[in-house]
Amino acid sequence: MRASTFARAVPALVASIRGTPLPRPAQDPQYVVLHPVGPVGRSELHLMVLAGVAMGAVILAVFVLFAIAIVRFRDRPHSRAPYRPNWHGNKWMEATWFVIPAVILTVIAIPTVRLTYSLARLPAHRDPLVVDVTSLNWKWLFEYPGQHVATVNYLDIPTGKPVLFELTANSPMNTFWIPQLGGMEYTMPGRVLPLWLEVGRPGVYWGHSGQFSGHDFEQMFFAVRAMPPAAFDRWVHEVRRRVPVMTLADYRRLLRFDTVAEQTYGGYPAATFPSVHHGFTLAGGMYMVMHNDPQAN
Amino acid sequence: MPPFARYLLHTLFPPDVLRPTEVGADVLILATGVIIMVVMTRRHKWRHLWTEWLTTVDHKKIAVMYLIAAIAMLFRGGVDALMIRTNLALPGSPVISASEYNAVFTTHGTIMIFFMAMPFIFALFNAVIPLMIGSRDVAFPRLNAMSFWLFAFGALLFNMSFVIGGSPNAGWTAYPPLTERVFNPGPGENFYFLSLLIAGIGTTMTGINFVVTSLRMRAPGMTLMKMPMFVWSALATSTLILFAFPPLTVALLMSLIDRLFGSSFFTLGHGGMPMMYVNLFWLFGHPEVYIVVLPAFGIFSEVVPTFSRKRLFGYETMVLSIVAIMLLAYGTWVHHFFTMGAGPTVNAFFGLSTMLIAIPTGVKIFNWIFTMWGGRIRTTVAMLYQLAFIPTFVVGGASGIMLATIPADYQFHNSYFLVAHFHNVLIGGTLFGLLSGMYYWWPKMFGRKLDERQGKWAFWLFLTGFWITFGPQYLLGLKGMTRRMYTYPLGYGWHTLNVISTLGAFVMGAGFLVLVYNIVYSMRNGERDLTGDPWDGRTLEWALPSPAPEYNFARIPVVYERDAYWDMKEKGQTLANSLTVRDVHDLELPRNSSLPFFLGLSFFVVGFGMVFSWWIIAGLGFAGVAACLVAVGFDYRGPKRVDAAFIRGTEVALGRLRA
Repeated sequence: MRASTFARAVPALVASIRGTPLPRPAQDPQYVVLHPVGPVGRSELHLMVLAGVAMGAVILAVFVLFAIAIVRFRDRPHSRAPYRPNWHGNKWMEATWFVIPAVILTVIAIPTVRLTYSLARLPAHRDPLVVDVTSLNWKWLFEYPGQHVATVNYLDIPTGKPVLFELTANSPMNTFWIPQLGGMEYTMPGRVLPLWLEVGRPGVYWGHSGQFSGHDFEQMFFAVRAMPPAAFDRWVHEVRRRVPVMTLADYRRLLRFDTVAEQTYGGYPAATFPSVHHGFTLAGGMYMVMHNDPQAN
Repeated sequence: MPPFARYLLHTLFPPDVLRPTEVGADVLILATGVIIMVVMTRRHKWRHLWTEWLTTVDHKKIAVMYLIAAIAMLFRGGVDALMIRTNLALPGSPVISASEYNAVFTTHGTIMIFFMAMPFIFALFNAVIPLMIGSRDVAFPRLNAMSFWLFAFGALLFNMSFVIGGSPNAGWTAYPPLTERVFNPGPGENFYFLSLLIAGIGTTMTGINFVVTSLRMRAPGMTLMKMPMFVWSALATSTLILFAFPPLTVALLMSLIDRLFGSSFFTLGHGGMPMMYVNLFWLFGHPEVYIVVLPAFGIFSEVVPTFSRKRLFGYETMVLSIVAIMLLAYGTWVHHFFTMGAGPTVNAFFGLSTMLIAIPTGVKIFNWIFTMWGGRIRTTVAMLYQLAFIPTFVVGGASGIMLATIPADYQFHNSYFLVAHFHNVLIGGTLFGLLSGMYYWWPKMFGRKLDERQGKWAFWLFLTGFWITFGPQYLLGLKGMTRRMYTYPLGYGWHTLNVISTLGAFVMGAGFLVLVYNIVYSMRNGERDLTGDPWDGRTLEWALPSPAPEYNFARIPVVYERDAYWDMKEKGQTLANSLTVRDVHDLELPRNSSLPFFLGLSFFVVGFGMVFSWWIIAGLGFAGVAACLVAVGFDYRGPKRVDAAFIRGTEVALGRLRA
């Protein structure tokens, strides 16, 4: 990674980062939002560019008018600009600046609404991989109901296949965000929100929570490893064969208010994720919360 | 140590308030307090303070108190901002810990919105609105004083959390379930909810006051369509307050009940619905955005014509826009959480309504530009803020439209792009507007101009500092940096931009210091305003001497035209040269009252008791509130009479009446 000029100048600034090791971006596109690797992120970028260009035009137009006004009509001795102290309106001009912004906004609004609807639906005729995401204090739990494996703080997904994330929280709210794959969505207790994303090419990307959720929230980074479907299947197979299953005790340990390193499980208790079968509640009837002082655990 | 004392020490001074920053602040506060006490006592000023300020109901004095509070809070919020920025420039070795950072960004946001922007707005409303409409005071002067004292004691309660008990630390939006006791033990969030509830009652009463004032107290001849734009903005703002604060009150109260009494409105378990809080909060929060920006629009609509020596362009469309913004403001709140799965139809509705509200805003921008077009622009400090506002606000508005394109917002939400956007509109719009208004009306409030040269220094520092701070934050958003992280790992390319942003913040800090120096210097050495009309103004407040006498107008003027005072000057009939002895009669003015102060104090006691669940203290406070309200009802003293001879004497002394 390129070290910044400032960092080189002041070595103290680059002192090591405390806490658990954090995933690093595989390549170097730092403007992650501008370098999407999947269809969702790409379509969002297209809309951004459209809105950006339209707004750039508006900004330019206003700046030019504004510059002319302040240069030409500045109060100077012997100014030759016309002085019309009682000019207080012009119907047609005023109508123009109602209409022009309306037209520009319509240009943005139509694709916006279209894309909003299309992103709310999974692409037709393509079975998605389902991942159940739970944000916990201050870690991510990823459960694969179709594959019966679970991971903590990292995510393995196949390329070229839509991934349906079902998002919930057993903690204060967070948002689930993988910038290079596409936009974010909240994880909220008591609700399951859907979000689908897709990754086009293999690589390691990073995700993060975008919603402040307490003391160690800034450490809620996770790595996203995108691999070809065959490699993904191999990974699932390996995990199921070699790694022990998550017990309820393991899950309770995850509920502590702390941060943990990456973890892998070759299975998990169904009751750890809300479903229609048990009506958004977990074993025991309610969401499990550690009622004790976090330090006591 | 007896257990009671130990409990008290532990509750009031937990480790959170014993960090070096807090202890340092404690010492400074105590020292300042002692110095003030000594000076006041030595100069025998206590009685003066009580009779002239603490019990006043005069809108002009209330305005001064609001202004002092707002500038003090701008300092506090600004220091918070610098602490935030310092930490983000040094990600490898954070200066303040996560828990301190979380408290600081929470108080930064809360203070800047509720305890800086709001009182600053009310300062200018109080200072000018009654003068602009040719009135002797607001509609309900004693209620006005109550509003102030509720605000002041609310602000005191909030700021106290810093040194006693611990600061709130769940963000200025205080989303549950993070505010739940399980996740947030300690009294910090109680301070947040209670102080906002108390200040909120005051704000609501101010809203009522200015709706009635601008509708009922106008001088004869001033029809609605002849009202100055600033009065229109006050009317629209106050109307927004009336309907926006109730949802906030409900949200805060329900959260407080969750915390204090263990109910489950918004909790994680027991069927609580945190998202309902988010809805209620933004049902208030979005109108609030316009509550703080419409007054700025109003100020600019006064400043631009004055300093362009030209009538406002498109008055009718300006009024139409302000009313349209006011109405649409209630229909855009979901755009604060497009990413909460409300579904495409709901999102599309609120995305479109958000785009719609940009149209009347754009119309106003064009009208201001064309007000300057064909005028003669004088670049005073007040006008410079306006000139900086237009390009800054346009960029902020444009980024706002980008946030309104729903799928793009999925990427922008909670990132630094968003942070840059709302600072762009809140500083570029609200703060620049308020500072413009302060420089513009300062002579009217204090009788002296603020020094222009120093003012220009402060202005340029603010403006360049602003862009250096927030320009890079747009880029940080595109680099995927999210808000409210107290530190971040290197390797994401966030460091350099953060360092630049921090440098900008310190430039703004320097601008604030120059501003304060400017004020202090000008209080003694500023150019005296002897004419009452230092800027060649157009509206009625400039018809009065600076500062205006207690009764404002010896004779209530009659209004014929929109720019009433300009019209008088054109006809050669200002109040200064047309007043005769026969015009002056005995007047009635509202009588000073100590009840507003005691009402505020009682609410403060309620709040303090409830923060720590000390119910006896809270009960005493409630008893005090009830007693004050009853006392208000039995206050049969009539208004204060000011006799004509006194007014004649004052006007003669001001050179406005021949003896």
